[in-house]
Amino acid sequence: MVESGKKPARMVFRIVNTLFMIAIMVICLLPVWHVLCASFSDGSYVMQQSGLIWRVHGFNLEGYKLVLQNKSIVTGYLNTLFYVAVSVGFGLLITLMTAYTVSRKNALWRNVIMVILTVTMLINGGLISSYLVNTQLLGLFNSRLAIILPGCFSAFNVILLRTAMLGVPDSLEESAMIDGAGSMTILFKIILPLISPTIATVVLFSVVANWNSWFPASIYLRDRALFPLQLVLKEILMSDNVTSGTVLDSANVDSSLLIYKELIKYCVIIVSSLPIWVMYPFLQKYFEKGMMVGAIKG
Amino acid sequence: MSSGALRAKRKKKYTAEAIVKDFKKHKVAYAMAVPGLIMVLLFNYMPIFGLGLAFVNYKPNLGIFGSKFVGLKYFKEFFSSMYFVRTVGNTLILSLLQIVFVFFGTILFALLVNELKNQKFKRMVQTVTYLPNFISMVVVAGIIVNFCTSKGVLAQLVSIFTGESKNLLSVSSYWRPLYIASDLWQGLGTGAIVYLAALAGIDQTLYEAAVIDGAGRWKQTLHVTLPGILPTIIIMLILKIGSIMSVGYEKTILLYNPQIYETADIISSFVYRKGLVEANYGFSTAVSLFNSVINTVLLITANAISRKATDNSLF
Repeated sequence: MVESGKKPARMVFRIVNTLFMIAIMVICLLPVWHVLCASFSDGSYVMQQSGLIWRVHGFNLEGYKLVLQNKSIVTGYLNTLFYVAVSVGFGLLITLMTAYTVSRKNALWRNVIMVILTVTMLINGGLISSYLVNTQLLGLFNSRLAIILPGCFSAFNVILLRTAMLGVPDSLEESAMIDGAGSMTILFKIILPLISPTIATVVLFSVVANWNSWFPASIYLRDRALFPLQLVLKEILMSDNVTSGTVLDSANVDSSLLIYKELIKYCVIIVSSLPIWVMYPFLQKYFEKGMMVGAIKG
Repeated sequence: MSSGALRAKRKKKYTAEAIVKDFKKHKVAYAMAVPGLIMVLLFNYMPIFGLGLAFVNYKPNLGIFGSKFVGLKYFKEFFSSMYFVRTVGNTLILSLLQIVFVFFGTILFALLVNELKNQKFKRMVQTVTYLPNFISMVVVAGIIVNFCTSKGVLAQLVSIFTGESKNLLSVSSYWRPLYIASDLWQGLGTGAIVYLAALAGIDQTLYEAAVIDGAGRWKQTLHVTLPGILPTIIIMLILKIGSIMSVGYEKTILLYNPQIYETADIISSFVYRKGLVEANYGFSTAVSLFNSVINTVLLITANAISRKATDNSLF
């Protein structure tokens, strides 16, 4: 906006606005800070405290030790890494391939394929119907595939990548074709490097969504060895009795561990969120881009 | 070209000869779409056909077509049960609160961020307010539980005013404020991105012209800024209205308990409970089908009204 003089009212507005923004930032960070400080504090202090923990009391790493020794959490971590890698990798591959087809400007059926895909963005069968199809017809109950397959391909991502592909100059593909390159070569050698910002956006959002996902696992999986981290986390955070066979199921269970009950909750939050928080500042650019297009997705 | 000629041309496009020729030319490209099409067939189209569940008394061993057809029985059952008013009411109230506080709060926040002149501070505000969006729902729910226990931060804060400290999640009147506040906490920064982009796109000469016409800051906001982002606001509002009856279930099913069903139970959590916890498949599919039909009607209506009134529309 254009400045219209330095009136006192303007100064007051600016100061109030800045203070308001600082307050918002404090509110955004406070819960995270509370968890972080608590996770490094003494177990019995954390157990007894009431209200906000705004600094570390009696620094120790006991909680983290227990978390990292815990089998469920470690298995969950590895499972999540597996689910994220396979789901995002496989999903991206078939999304790219489909996007390539519908970005062929002179292919006769590309509009038909687009309609088939777009319909899935407008209508869906809902939770129960999908659950029954996946478990009764496709036999995905209690299987890793139930976590990987149903969510890895979306029409929305196809449209995103298609739009990016349509922006690649035709002449580049034509000259590659004259040199004898096939469709796969054109897609992966010519198009892919040129649309890498869009791919980065798609990957970022899929990774975060898969990392944070817990609901499909909670309805499809029964075998604890298959649980992703978020589901283990849910059991720890949401059950009042943490000792009931979930966290402290490692060999060294004894009643003295009860004082670590609260501490473990804090530590496990940090351990589970850390990879995403570390990755995020570097990818903020892609994140904003994704939020812009994602806004339309709703 | 007349429409008749256009139709003739389109018909010609799909002759047997053209199809064969096109298929030969693009066979690899078409083959590449096959995995994606199989995915949507299995995971999108089959569940859509599965909506037929709403009309049959589903028995897993008989399948949808073998199970007994019951017509609108489940719909009638839902409409006449006490759950109808409760879940639809709770969903609508929560959605309206979301529009008032989260939707308009986000716009207000974007306008205020846009007023920040120090670019570094502005970036910092954005970076910090995005952070909660990256925290998983399970962790958010865990933090809410922690803050709401009688010794928790929020419960202590509330006890200053009420004088009694108890678990906030066991009191039905606290549910909606908690739900909306945590929505705001998670979504304020990221929700503002789309408006900030629209704000950045406003032609700066419009402000200069407004100043020449003697407009102060407030008048500039009213006559330049708001009209500039109005199309974005309208589109976002249409989308929001289209989903007014579909409040997500994740946060609700993580946090609610029978003590607060009165305010917390919404259509989606009810569908989850009836369908997946109690295995009442036909009934819960009927409820969710009813829900999506209403959503579609709302979306189309909001879109039509907006197209008439403001010339902005989604489709």
